[in-house]
Amino acid sequence: MTALLSVRGLTTAFDLGGRTVAAVDDISFDVRAGETLCLVGESGSGKSVTALSIMRLVQPPGRIAAGSILFRDRDLLTLSEADMRRVRGAEIALIFQEPMTALNPVLTVGSQIAEALLVHGRAKRAEAHQRAIELLNAVKLPDPAHRVRDYPHQLSGGMRQRVLIAIALACRPALLIADEPTTALDVTIQAEILDLLREMKSQFSLSLLLITHDLGVVAETADRVAVMYAGRIVEESPVREIFHAPKHPYTQGLLASMPGATPGTRLRAIEGTVPNIGALPPGCAFGPRCPQHFARCDTAPPPFFDVGLEHEARCYLHEPGSGGRK
Amino acid sequence: MTSNGVPLLDVRHLTKEFEQRRGFLRPRVSTRAVHDVTFTIDEGQTFGLVGESGSGKTTTGRCILRLIEPTSGEVWFRGTDVLKYSRQELRLARRHMQIVFQDPYSSLNPRMRARQIVEEPLVIHRQGTATQRRDRVAELFGLVGLDPAHLERYPHQFSGGQRQRIGLARALALNPSLIIADEPVSALDVSIQAQVINLLMDLQERLKLTYLFIAHDLRLVEHITVRVAIMYRGRIVELGPTAELFSAPQHPYTRALLSAVPIPDPDAKPQRIPVDPGWFEPPVPLREVSAGHWAAI
Repeated sequence: MTALLSVRGLTTAFDLGGRTVAAVDDISFDVRAGETLCLVGESGSGKSVTALSIMRLVQPPGRIAAGSILFRDRDLLTLSEADMRRVRGAEIALIFQEPMTALNPVLTVGSQIAEALLVHGRAKRAEAHQRAIELLNAVKLPDPAHRVRDYPHQLSGGMRQRVLIAIALACRPALLIADEPTTALDVTIQAEILDLLREMKSQFSLSLLLITHDLGVVAETADRVAVMYAGRIVEESPVREIFHAPKHPYTQGLLASMPGATPGTRLRAIEGTVPNIGALPPGCAFGPRCPQHFARCDTAPPPFFDVGLEHEARCYLHEPGSGGRK
Repeated sequence: MTSNGVPLLDVRHLTKEFEQRRGFLRPRVSTRAVHDVTFTIDEGQTFGLVGESGSGKTTTGRCILRLIEPTSGEVWFRGTDVLKYSRQELRLARRHMQIVFQDPYSSLNPRMRARQIVEEPLVIHRQGTATQRRDRVAELFGLVGLDPAHLERYPHQFSGGQRQRIGLARALALNPSLIIADEPVSALDVSIQAQVINLLMDLQERLKLTYLFIAHDLRLVEHITVRVAIMYRGRIVELGPTAELFSAPQHPYTRALLSAVPIPDPDAKPQRIPVDPGWFEPPVPLREVSAGHWAAI
């Protein structure tokens, strides 16, 4: 499968009062045509900054410090702002977590969908209204011909997320980046939106970069998974491998800490807290919390080691010749 | 059960109506946020109150503490009705019933040091001398796993998980027997959630605490509660022993909720059941489907 998006060595830094902190530190990954890649991580892991970096929407004091982002054989980081504007929305679309704030409260949902079409010259004003209704129908908003005139406050959270997906799909992008699209929603609505995203993916031939912290969502949607910790990708693999044979101690810890094994027993928590990205240890960022920590971990951040077919982990346990410590 | 067989908390027919004025001279409309909610919690038990947004689970928790005054019903705590208490009696009762909030970012006063936050309930309830209070605060810090060297820090200097521990230390200051935990870990990262859940379980064992655990995370509720009630639009639709309710749900809404929870196994084939508003119209009363297991079907 060919890569639609190839991120290589992406580093996004924030200049904070004289010192520079890398919120995203030298990450590389591909999103292949037609697949769903899940970017998993906790707060501060850099997953949202990665999404903003791909869209070139990082605001000062943040800046993209290094790397390349190849999309359909162009490096997005070298495009002019005018060219980038033609990519945003039209070829790569982004939807956010918060369906309450992402819509303009004083415009009808129809005019917000129409705007997306008009800006990119995908429809004339006369057709835009009809296209908006079709899109609302596609995302299964009930009674679209009537709802198209509604304002965001007249819709429930789940309906607003459907409208955002309709806007995102308006120009038929090739890649949809969804940053925690269901986190603010109730579980029954979350299930509907995940089902909708899956359907839209095949109907619109989308590739999906889904950012989430919820391993249940990952299991249901991902083809491949990249796990982030403290600004770095620490493990990448096909989805079944992540759940059945996780190789990085952080991934193992995340899976083990989920409730569900034996009710009433203590959960297997990861001790300690996520480090401040401004004060990372010199070696592996997870080292201080790692139950399998050994001397090698403190020397330098580990590189990726192959641990299986298309499966890599940044952990010295898997260094060839490390004596097979596992 | 307490020695005399009376549950620690006995909530009967609790109802809360909110009145809304739609406009000048237009009649007020009232919305029932909580409708005829009845359940009991035995001493030392963890009882789960589950529902989606708007289900009334948070309002129910607040009504029990009278942080919101309920419209009608009874809340029997250790054999007396909290809703009949005078202000003075309520103040005393609040020592025994405390609440931990969801958001560890907004529930702690940013201008107070951690020590002051934890000490505040002791000061308000005039407990001990200054020295005794200082010792008690240090003890509480240890109890919830915070470093006593950080007593003088402000909330923003702590992580989310640590802030939730401060909230817990504050709630425990007066040696309560009932803790109402309203989504206590839902704002926390996955790896930190497990730490706080373990702490809640440890504290329950050591201090013989009773928990009303309000949450929307069904996996978590299944893990830590003994009995559970499922709420929808202000009413309990099903109530029973957790293991039984999760393995043999009786109300279609409970089945729909369970079917919507994403399963952390890529080989699982989810079979979703969509929610049908027709299930709730007209409302039917709860009936006992098996011993201690009630459903509105």
